[in-house]
Amino acid sequence: MEHYNMNLTLKVWKQKNRNEKGRFETYQVKNISSEMSFLEMFDVLNEQLIAEGKEPIAFDHDCREGICGMCSMYINGRAHGPWHHTTTCQLHMREYKDGDTIVVEPWRANAFPVIKDLVVDREAFDRIIQAGGYVSVNTGNAVDANAIPIEKHEADESFASAACIGCGACVAACPNASAMLFVSAKVSHLAMLPQGDPERKTRVTNMIQQMDKEGFGSCTNIGACEAECPKGISLENIARLNREYIGSMTAGGSQNSI
Amino acid sequence: MPLNSKIPAGELAEKWEKYKSTCKLVNPANKRQLEVIVIGTGLAGASAAASLGELGYKVKTFCFQDSPRRAHSIAAQGGINAAKNYQNDGDSTYRLFYDTVKGGDYRAREANVYRLASVSANIIDQCVAQGVPFAREYGGLLSNRSFGGTQVQRTFYAAGQTGQQLLIGAYQALERQVALGNVKQYSRHEMLDIVMVEGKARGVIVRNLVTGELERHFGHAVLLCSGGYGNVFYLSTNAMGSNVTAAWKAHKKGAFFGNPCFTQIHPTCIPVSGDHQSKLTLMSESLRNDGRIWVPKKQGDTRKANEIPEEERDYYLERRYPAFGNLVPRDVASRAAKERCDAGYGVGASKQAVYLDYASAIERYGKIEANKQGLANADKATIIALGKDVVKEKYGNLFEMYEKITGENPYEVPMRIYPAVHYTMGGIWVDYELQTTVPGLYALGEANFSDHGANRLGASALMQGLADGYFVIPYTLGNNLADDIRTKAIPTDHPAFVAAENEVRERINRLMSIKGTESVESFHKRLGKIMWDKCGMARNAQGLKEAIEEIKALRKEFWSNVRIPGEINEHNPELDKANRVADFLELGELMCIDALNRNESCGGHFREEYQTEDGEALRQDEGYMYVAAWEYKGESQYELHKEDLIYDVVHPTQRSYK
Ligand SMILES: Cc1cc2nc3c(=O)[nH]c(=O)nc-3n(C[C@H](O)[C@H](O)[C@H](O)COP(=O)(O)OP(=O)(O)OC[C@H]3O[C@@H](n4cnc5c(N)ncnc54)[C@H](O)[C@@H]3O)c2cc1C
Ligand code: SF4
Ligand code: FES
Repeated sequence: MEHYNMNLTLKVWKQKNRNEKGRFETYQVKNISSEMSFLEMFDVLNEQLIAEGKEPIAFDHDCREGICGMCSMYINGRAHGPWHHTTTCQLHMREYKDGDTIVVEPWRANAFPVIKDLVVDREAFDRIIQAGGYVSVNTGNAVDANAIPIEKHEADESFASAACIGCGACVAACPNASAMLFVSAKVSHLAMLPQGDPERKTRVTNMIQQMDKEGFGSCTNIGACEAECPKGISLENIARLNREYIGSMTAGGSQNSI
Repeated sequence: MPLNSKIPAGELAEKWEKYKSTCKLVNPANKRQLEVIVIGTGLAGASAAASLGELGYKVKTFCFQDSPRRAHSIAAQGGINAAKNYQNDGDSTYRLFYDTVKGGDYRAREANVYRLASVSANIIDQCVAQGVPFAREYGGLLSNRSFGGTQVQRTFYAAGQTGQQLLIGAYQALERQVALGNVKQYSRHEMLDIVMVEGKARGVIVRNLVTGELERHFGHAVLLCSGGYGNVFYLSTNAMGSNVTAAWKAHKKGAFFGNPCFTQIHPTCIPVSGDHQSKLTLMSESLRNDGRIWVPKKQGDTRKANEIPEEERDYYLERRYPAFGNLVPRDVASRAAKERCDAGYGVGASKQAVYLDYASAIERYGKIEANKQGLANADKATIIALGKDVVKEKYGNLFEMYEKITGENPYEVPMRIYPAVHYTMGGIWVDYELQTTVPGLYALGEANFSDHGANRLGASALMQGLADGYFVIPYTLGNNLADDIRTKAIPTDHPAFVAAENEVRERINRLMSIKGTESVESFHKRLGKIMWDKCGMARNAQGLKEAIEEIKALRKEFWSNVRIPGEINEHNPELDKANRVADFLELGELMCIDALNRNESCGGHFREEYQTEDGEALRQDEGYMYVAAWEYKGESQYELHKEDLIYDVVHPTQRSYK
């Protein structure tokens, strides 16, 4: 792979805090290597701003390996940028060429208020989990791990849903700012395991109730969430959530038909 | 103060059982009056907080990320060990204990390691009960894989995302306790000091990272679960925010620091690509199961990997260690890679890399697959295609990550890898009860020094974090808090809280008022370079002495020339970073002092003066069979306390992997 350097124009959302109004600022960065990650390009820009005595841009990040779910940039109109199944931190600059302009915004959703610049508050996701995204088992209650065999296919499916990193890209991508993909991933993860079965009905009801309370929009089956999800959480999960939800409302609903 | 490790008397295998059945208990009504502060929500912190909440304690958790679920434990890939012996391949508690002590090059405490091995099986049970979707076989039972330094298959895993799945399990247990009102959680909060009242840890000062405000929190006890300090090297596989601050503040308040120089350098990471590099990415140890590591036989060879014929390749691990080959332990593999690159055989643009090649694995798996499918005369192309599918199934997510980062396709060209800082075996010294030398202050997980000696085996850190949190601290904390049930919550306007807060505020003011010319990042990079060059994979007395002076000078420069933009009372990531780097600049010095003191090579600590004729680590059991526990006595002043290691059961020998 040939390496090259490039100069870029960046239009980045600046917002002092939750209450003040934000605006776009334009910056020029020079000699960006095609081998850098997108966030390393931001590091370069921030070092440049600090050297010039200006304020750097605040953005969330931690693992820079695509797993912690902390990074969250809306790049040229797409949550986490142009690469399929990729978080912002794993996007690399060879995607861009000399002279490109890149527009970077925070996640935009009423339930994710901006804290500063590109940093948003995602605690609503924690509260949705608190509403029921767990198995009620105290430490020490467990039986032997192999006491209940689980069909490999079911276990793999459950794992695929559990791969959600809670980044919120699905909300940012959705025109309604719905959190349905996130919620459905958790509901599915636990619904597909025997350990999650006893609390199935209350879990789905309580989590959805909390989601509504947090001010996320409703799901109208647009599918933008699936397209932008870095972990490949599929719309199948939402379909499953809907079945679980209907099941939870019908008395004696057929919980085992999934 | 003499160090008392409080190891219970009795036979090794019975110590923990006996401790559990005789330790003091706190009744449920009293537990509700007892407040516990937990710093960190990784595997250690989340499991501890959830378990203590379930028991009825009033718990507060703190983490600097925006959610407890993002703690760095999330990034662990390969797996978690447990002595379940599900594979019927001869595993047992004793064997896991033995492998861990040997892997640690005989610098760990026997009693702790034995306890760790004995609770390992419960961890897997607990996680499965919580809904952790471990990998399974077609029969529906749990699957295992093998890891370095062992001869049994005892590693449980969830694809290449084991840490994520375990942490989500612990996080969910934690959120359940939050919902029940037993735990209050504070995200985007950073602990900046411990509050001491009458010689005991009774609370913390934290900074709200959104508003910049300082807050005081009381606790009958404080648990440090704040992770490792590998980021002192600037470049490491740790997350960007991983830091030593919580542990370092505790150290300055009287908690001894154990074996600070014991650092694990992982052999298989994606190499540095340039000056812009901000972190290094691990390629799981599991890749060494099938990949072959080599460099060209010719120095400075500029040909592409695929143009170098088989007979001109040096599979140096297979050559030097025929018995273990590519599966030697991490410290050995890392040093061997460094040796080849230093000698001028490195590959890639920087020449600081070796190849990890999957070509022969692809062919081998392809042939097996062709056989399975009854394709007797399959041509080479078919075999390769089949082989790639098998490799994809096993390692697909890692190969994909490699390609995203480097832009190269590892199915076609060998991966370039190089060792990188990964884990710190050193940490806050704790006794058998996980209590530090400060009464009321405990350390769990990677933050403590306890179980891995001088080198940690793969898949054992996750095990240790969860053992500490789920199964050890619930007992040992109770044993100590039983004596504290009459202590009322101390109001946070107590002079000790006021004084501690003032100290923190003053330091922040001092940092902000420097208004120098050089960024925090730049100082951190410079520190990292000193540490990597002189206290990294190979160390010597001369270099360490130089490093100590260089770090002192750099620290001085930092405190007179750092530039931190923004304000104190707002979300200010540069200030957060400055607080952390200031502490790294002190820790780095202590690491070099410790490395200089330890006149031997053991595990990850390689002193060039102490090696065998063929370049292997040479331990000096006579003089150094001890834990070095350092007491803080003022800037650049540390007093060494020794905890002698006594091996009742295992007999230390020279490790050999030839
Ligand atoms: C890339 C990678 C892969 C790994 N793979 C494996 C593996 O396969 N198997 C294995 O066994 N081990 C593995 N390890 C090691 C293992 O993941 C860690 O040692 C372990 O997860 C540490 O857990 P912990 O709970 O001690 O700390 P962490 O998970 O690091 O958590 C630290 C917590 O402390 C908080 N914190 C830190 N400082 C402060 C402060 N000042 N104030 C407030 N909060 C603070 C953080 O917010 C966080 O919540 C891997 C490590 C890495 C880096
Ligand atoms: S469903 Fe996908 S996009 Fe949404 S939070 Fe989970 S990982 Fe992120
Ligand atoms: S920084 Fe962790 S997922 Fe991007």
